[in-house]
This record gives sequence, structure tokens and C-alpha cells, in this order.
Amino acid sequence: MILLFSLAIASAVLFVLLRLLPGDPASSLIAVGADPEQIAAARRQVGSDLPLFEQFLHFATNLARFDLGVSFVSRTSVAAEIGARLTVTVPLTLMAFALAVVIAIPLGILSAVKANTWYGAAISTVSQLGIAIPVFWVGILLVAVFAVNMRVFPSGGFPPGGWSDPGAALRALALPTITIAIVMSASLLRYVRSATQDVVDSDYLRTARALGSGFTEALVRHGVRNGAVPVVSILGIELATTFLGAVVVERVFTLPGLGSMLLLGIEQRDYPNVQGVLFISTLIVLLVGFAADIIQRLIDPRLRGARRGEGQ
Amino acid sequence: MTATPLGVIDAPKSRRKLPLTLVVGLVLVGLHVALALLTLFWTPYGPADMAGGRLEAPSWSHWAGTDRLGRDLFTQIMIGSRIALMVGAGAVAIGAAIGVTLGVLAAFATRTLDDALAATFDILIAFPTLLLAMLVVAASDGASLGSAIIALGVAISAIVARLTRILAKRVLEMDFITAARTSGTSWPRIVIEHLLPNIWPTLMVNFALQFGLAVIAEASLSYLGLGAPPPNASWGRLLQEAQGTVYTAPFGAVAPGIALVILVIGMNLLADGMRDFADPTRRRSR
Repeated sequence: MILLFSLAIASAVLFVLLRLLPGDPASSLIAVGADPEQIAAARRQVGSDLPLFEQFLHFATNLARFDLGVSFVSRTSVAAEIGARLTVTVPLTLMAFALAVVIAIPLGILSAVKANTWYGAAISTVSQLGIAIPVFWVGILLVAVFAVNMRVFPSGGFPPGGWSDPGAALRALALPTITIAIVMSASLLRYVRSATQDVVDSDYLRTARALGSGFTEALVRHGVRNGAVPVVSILGIELATTFLGAVVVERVFTLPGLGSMLLLGIEQRDYPNVQGVLFISTLIVLLVGFAADIIQRLIDPRLRGARRGEGQ
Repeated sequence: MTATPLGVIDAPKSRRKLPLTLVVGLVLVGLHVALALLTLFWTPYGPADMAGGRLEAPSWSHWAGTDRLGRDLFTQIMIGSRIALMVGAGAVAIGAAIGVTLGVLAAFATRTLDDALAATFDILIAFPTLLLAMLVVAASDGASLGSAIIALGVAISAIVARLTRILAKRVLEMDFITAARTSGTSWPRIVIEHLLPNIWPTLMVNFALQFGLAVIAEASLSYLGLGAPPPNASWGRLLQEAQGTVYTAPFGAVAPGIALVILVIGMNLLADGMRDFADPTRRRSR
């Protein structure tokens, strides 16, 4: 229910914003110096001659049927184009996310448990640096080091055959994946660290220790489940952020993903493309958030039936 | 007759040492503020002057080298810091004005209205900020700085509103608010004299963090080509231009990034420092 409601609000916002873009969407269909009749025909074709409210109804019913329309520029189906581009963006996002989790969770726990050692402090300091770096700059630096100087990985682009050559595709995604994972693991690490810290300082852990269990045993038996609740909610947000961060990273590495489709669409005023990409991105972000919510409730029975937005 | 604000005990305050993070943060941010103010009167070269050869390496006459048109990069980085501070300050000011107002309203509102506002904040927070900003910037004629500031400000306001609501609700349940109410204090006075002073320290910490995020977001927008063009470009645009020449002049792709990271780290340290200063019990967890 909440998911549908959010999606409805999000698409209304989207509609309003798209109509705010300057120029008539029909203008991309007609040549310079078109006469008024041609302009009217073009406006009829894209539907921009209808009243705003009818345009919105049209837009909403089409979205509800997942009919994303046809690109103004390439005349191809928007849904098919998005589908093709998701084969770049989704693997990139998932690989980066997995790598970030693998880096952040052990290091985050380590830096909280060993906060008083030099490496605990070092991990915290490096993560401080990591959250202050824009992701595209990391990309540029990695290209400079690994693609230009060492020539280990390609500096950008994606094999034209796509995943028919998995080796080449993976090599093309290697630097982008590392780029996103570096920035993402830094912020994730900080959340894991503070969640672990809360567990370590908690009364229940002290009680468990007093009852005779070892520190590690107490941490594993009682800490993991408690510490996982805030971390899962952050993981959801981070996964969504990664997906969106891919827009910028795809530009750095000239990858033909969803992000470059969006940028091109904005440049060419290709409304159906822009609209389709934004709708699908919002849908994915909301779905991820929803999944994180459900997982949280599975881990922590106290959250079941709790009111939204409370207790956090 | 004001109640003592939470967590502020008068006596030891004067003897409390400033946290190191606060000092370092202030120095880093202060450096940028000084550079930005300086650009109003003086820059090493004119921002559009082709003062040197193309893509020169750093030297005494060009501290950060030159760009592909021979313009002095240090000059452009200085101007970039003015732009970054404007964007951060503007976006946070807008976010704070809208966010604090809505958050306080939600805290005072009836349960239904409060629920509706809380759900709206959640949805707005879930909405992709950068995509939103991209659309708003594209919607305005040409890529203007003002539209980026507004877009980021609106995105920040949702986060601030949610935080304010939670903090305000916690304070409003306290006994000294009840005491103020029974002694006949009006609601506006309660907000100004009792509520805001108590939630302000936490909000300030959040503002500093949002400031840094806004700077990064604006740099990303300009990197994508949705920012002002040089010579008054932001660091993001400088980095985008330098990416094309990273083979021949790698330094140009490094210097603006360092400037950006110094400002954002400064802001984050400032936030950490303020948090420690406002609540010394947290300090041991550093």
C-alpha cells in the first residue's frame, strides 16, 4: 500500500517536473522553420495539445500498464532501451554493492571493537576521507592510475557485444565497480562501526559477559542480530544510492547504462526516455527500501506493527 | 524564567577544552572562506586571462598549473571555493528554513497531520536527490547556480524536517515544557525560548554534514555538464575538463579535487567537533 502510494506521489512529482522543462516536447519532432500546421500535428502526436490534467491521466495510465512509450529521437521502444541498458547498470550496482559490503562489514566491526588500537583509528580516519570524496573524482584518479599509467583495465566503454563476451564485459566494469565500492564502503563502514559500538556498550552484552560467555561469543550470539537492524536499513539506502551514483560513474567511464540514457535524454529533450528512466529508477529505489523494511522486521520482532518513522 | 537547556551545564563550560576535531575543522573551512573572500578583491590572474602556456605543470608562477586554454588553475580553484561555499550555504539556508519550520509544525500538529507530514518527509528523502537536482537544473534556462542551490535546498529540507520533528517531539514531552505551559507561556514563546535552543546543537551538526553533501552534489552536477561554464566554474567542471587531458596533464585532475575534499572534510570535522562539544559524553567513542 505504502509502496503504491509513494510511487503515485513520485510519479506526480515527476510529471510536474517534466512539464517544467523548457520548450514543447513536440519541438524535437519538427524541423526549423516548420509551418503552424506541422507544429500542431507534432503537438497532437506527442499529446502536448491536451489540457494538463488529461496529459497527466494519460501519463499515469500508461505508467500503470508499464507502457513507457516510444523515444522521440530514435523511435524505439523506451522499455526495450531501458531493458538493454539495465544489463550494464544492474550488474555494476550489484557488484559494487557486494564489494562494498565485503569491505565495510568486517572493517567496521574491527574498528569498533579495536577502537583503541592504531589500526582501529587508522580505519576510522581513512573512512572519514572516503566520505568526503566525490565518486566521479575517485573514478578519474583510478583511470589515471590503472588505465593510463599501468594499462591494466580499459579507461572506459563497454564491449559492443555486451555480455556475449563476459570476460571483456567484466573487465570493462572492473574500474567502475571499484570506484563505487570505495566511496560506498567508507560510509557503510561508519554505520557498521557505530552499530557495533552500540552493541559493545550495551547492557545486554555486559550481562552476557557477566554470565560467563566470552567476548566474541557474546558478540556473535547477541550482538549480530541487534546490530544488524540499523545496518540493514542503511544497506537499503546505500544500495539505492549506488544505483543512482551509477549515473555519474557511467559518465566517467562512458558506459552505456541507464545514467547515460538519462543525460542524453535531457540534452536531446527526449521526454519519453527521461520519463521512463526516472520512473524505473524511482521504482527500483522504492522497491529496495521496501525490501530493507521487510528484512528489518524479520530480524527484529519489535519492529512488527510499529508505526512508520518512529523508534529510529 | 527559562529552563536550563538540556546537556548544557553552566559551571564547567568555561573550562571545557575545544575538541581537536572542531579546531581542525574550523581551520580547514576557514582556509576556504579566506580564499573565497580574497577572490572578491584579488586573484593571482584574471579568471579568463590566458596567462600561461597550455597545460603547464605547477610552478612558482602557476601554483596549480594551467588549463588547456592557458588559464591559471589556482585562480579558478579559488573561484571554485567561492562557488562551493555559496552553494553549501545557500542550500543549507533554504533547507534549514523550510525544514525546521515544517518539522516544528509536524511536532505540534494533530496526530493525523503529523502522520501525513512524516510520510511525506520519508517519500521526499527516498526520492533521488541528484536526479531531482538534475531535472530542476535542466528545467531552468541554461545551467544556473541558483537552480542548483534551490534543488539541493529542497532535498535538504526533507532531511532537516524529519530530524527536527523527531527532536522536537522528544523535547515537547519534557517536564519543563509542561511547566512553561502551565505558567501561561504562549506557544510561539515556547518554540523560540525553550524548544529551539534545545534542539539547535543537534541541528547545527546536521547542517554542517548537509553542507558537505551539498558541495559534493553540486560538483557532481557540474561534472555532468549541468553547472556554470569556466572561467567561473565550480570544481566539478574543472575536473570534467581536466579528465580529457589526464594523459598529458594529470595535475589538473588532482588539484580541484583536493580543494573539494579539504572543504568537505573540514565541514565533517566541524560537525563531529560540535557534537563532541555539545555532548562531552560522546567523546570517548571517538
